[in-house]
Amino acid sequence: MTVLNRPVPLKILEALPSQEPEEAQATLTGVTRYFKKNGSKELFHALGPIDLTLMKGEFFSVVGPSGCGKSTLLDALAGLSEPSSGSVTFEGRAVKGVPDGVGVVFQEDASFPWLNVHDNISFGLRMAGMDGAEIKRRTDYAMGFMGLKDFAGAYPAQLSGGMRQRVCIARTLVTQPRLILLDEPFGALDQQTRLLMGDELLRLWRETSATVLLITHALDEAAMLSDRVGVMSARPGLFIDIVETGWARSRDSRIVSTPRFGEVNARLWEMLRVESMKVMGTATH
Amino acid sequence: MKNYFDPLIVAIVIVACWQVLHLTVGDGSLSSPWSTLTELVHMLGTQAFWSNATETAKALGLALVIALAGGILLGVLLGVNRVSGVVAEPILLNLYSLPKVTLYPLVLLVFGLGLSAKVAFGVMHGLIPILMFTMNAIRQMRPVYLRASLTMRLPLHRTILHVVLPAVFPEIVSGLRLGFSLTLLGVLIGEMFASQRGLGYLLTSAMNLGDIRTIMAVALFLTLFALLCNGLLLMANRRLNHR
Amino acid sequence: MKTESILRAAVVIGFIVLIELLCRLGVIPTSVLLAPSTMVTHGADLLRAGKFNHDIGISLLEIVAASIVSVLLGFVIGLVIHALPRMRRALEPLLSSYYAVPTFIFYPVFIVVLGVGPLPIIAIAVLLAVVTMITATLDGLDRIPRALHKSGLVMRLPVWRSAFFIKLPAALPYLFTGMKLAVAYSFIGVIASEFILSGSGVGYAIGYAYNNFQNDDMYSLMLLILIAVTAVNMVLNRIDHRFQSRRQR
Repeated sequence: MTVLNRPVPLKILEALPSQEPEEAQATLTGVTRYFKKNGSKELFHALGPIDLTLMKGEFFSVVGPSGCGKSTLLDALAGLSEPSSGSVTFEGRAVKGVPDGVGVVFQEDASFPWLNVHDNISFGLRMAGMDGAEIKRRTDYAMGFMGLKDFAGAYPAQLSGGMRQRVCIARTLVTQPRLILLDEPFGALDQQTRLLMGDELLRLWRETSATVLLITHALDEAAMLSDRVGVMSARPGLFIDIVETGWARSRDSRIVSTPRFGEVNARLWEMLRVESMKVMGTATH
Repeated sequence: MKNYFDPLIVAIVIVACWQVLHLTVGDGSLSSPWSTLTELVHMLGTQAFWSNATETAKALGLALVIALAGGILLGVLLGVNRVSGVVAEPILLNLYSLPKVTLYPLVLLVFGLGLSAKVAFGVMHGLIPILMFTMNAIRQMRPVYLRASLTMRLPLHRTILHVVLPAVFPEIVSGLRLGFSLTLLGVLIGEMFASQRGLGYLLTSAMNLGDIRTIMAVALFLTLFALLCNGLLLMANRRLNHR
Repeated sequence: MKTESILRAAVVIGFIVLIELLCRLGVIPTSVLLAPSTMVTHGADLLRAGKFNHDIGISLLEIVAASIVSVLLGFVIGLVIHALPRMRRALEPLLSSYYAVPTFIFYPVFIVVLGVGPLPIIAIAVLLAVVTMITATLDGLDRIPRALHKSGLVMRLPVWRSAFFIKLPAALPYLFTGMKLAVAYSFIGVIASEFILSGSGVGYAIGYAYNNFQNDDMYSLMLLILIAVTAVNMVLNRIDHRFQSRRQR
């Protein structure tokens, strides 16, 4: 299988040159993950080997057919699980457990149903024993930023799916992470909400200057939001392509009408189509 | 108010059947609803009744506290580990369906007659449902909560106190509802044959005297008490389930 | 799956061995508990001598009678209630709070009305077990997916055929769970009643042995019940497992 295959970059005209020296936020080197199959001695090769360097402040998306190991990749990067081989670093240090400065937004709703919106968002800070005034400042800011101010006293059961994901994002935001990992956060939402949430995510990214890794199965979402898109093969997942979009930092959902968007999209699908067909063909449900 | 109407009809029907049964078998075998009620009201005014009732209440209270604390603790311990949960469940189910009366002589030999034996009976009955409900709630807890607490880098004790327990709280209340009834049952049965005090004892002594009025009055009192407590816990459950 | 069964067996056996050791070493005095091995050997002697055969027979009879009555009665009542939604709503609070009431308090009432003997015992056991069967029947009938019911209509089956060939098999896993519980409750109801007040039966025999300081008889009988309940549970569980795979989630 092909490993990294950097295409001839089609750098875009709107790109602004970066002022900071290029620095790695996190790296994965030779990371693989094997799982033990239930009831048999066989090992199940889920992921890798993966080599990836996330540059500071970039927005990186991962797309791939279902079952290719995208979530496993995120788990390894976040320190939620140990890779079977290879190494993971965050800000130059080896990852053991979840490092300070990493925030994760999960695919499912992780808001705590027994707390209202305000308490949900401030939960992590309260647990860390942060000073009350600082907690208030950060929570108010996050609620304002995510448009949740009017719902501070509401409980997750009273909110829509999109709102609940916003609560989860706000809960991550208050910890001021330097790396934000999102695992298909908008998967359960309808298309229109997704597009708007995408804009919000970009806003968040610019505000916090964090590095963002987004896992999504929606190509257009990846194409629109990212600086770079990593295309993974079918299981065991490897990066078969990393596409540079070259978008300007100040982008929003309106770039979907540009011809360049169409090119990126087409490019992603070209690589992904073959891999997805493999998954369909081998599916034995 | 519509949904109070039908159950009310049912209650009236039950009382009516009771009256008919009374008329069929005679006053010596079954007192009428009215005489039972008057007997109960009269009984509530006597010192003897209340001293027995407080006996039972003491045993019940103690047994509940122990069953609740023990059940939650063991439930958490068995539930967090995947293997222990799977191993323990059939054993617990088996113990649950065992007629616990069979162990009563053992309890009496260990605790002797008196309060501690009664409390032991109560705990024997109530511990397992609370344990099982807690354990299963933890096993079925959405894993994303644990992953969220990992990403927030919470230490273990905080994860259990601030994430796991609040998450399984509604199920613990359900278990408590069942555990409450069973603990009450255990305490009463204990009093029925191995005590000189308490409402259960009141029942058996009345039975030995053939005093059907007292039997039914006490039974009525216990029924109303049990229904009241169950109703309160049910309300609490419903409020929690709105999450 | 296998490892868990082994672990389970290990836990149980380990526990028994521990008790045996504690008894042999005298940590647990014989006045309190007999060693499990003694219980078994004495029990075997009892069975051979036939000392309690009559009592065992009576208890068995009562348990079987109570099980059958509560299962059939519960099923029929459940069917009727299910067919009448209004009645169901009216009975709902009664059914859900039924087990809140310690039913045993009515045992003296039954004795006064029915006299002493197997009848009040069977009555109390049925009273205890029937509601769980009703609830399970309602639950099972509820869970028949509408699609199955509609298929019956599309195939133009008459009501009773639809009930027998579609509804009953579809609801069977849940009905069986109800049966399992009904049997368990019948067991409990019978033995407990015999213990509290009766002239015969295993429960009574245990109480009698206790009052007369015949610990060996008492413990052997207790062990017998333990084994019987476990055995019945295992059989019923095995059958229930076969049904489990068909359950809708």
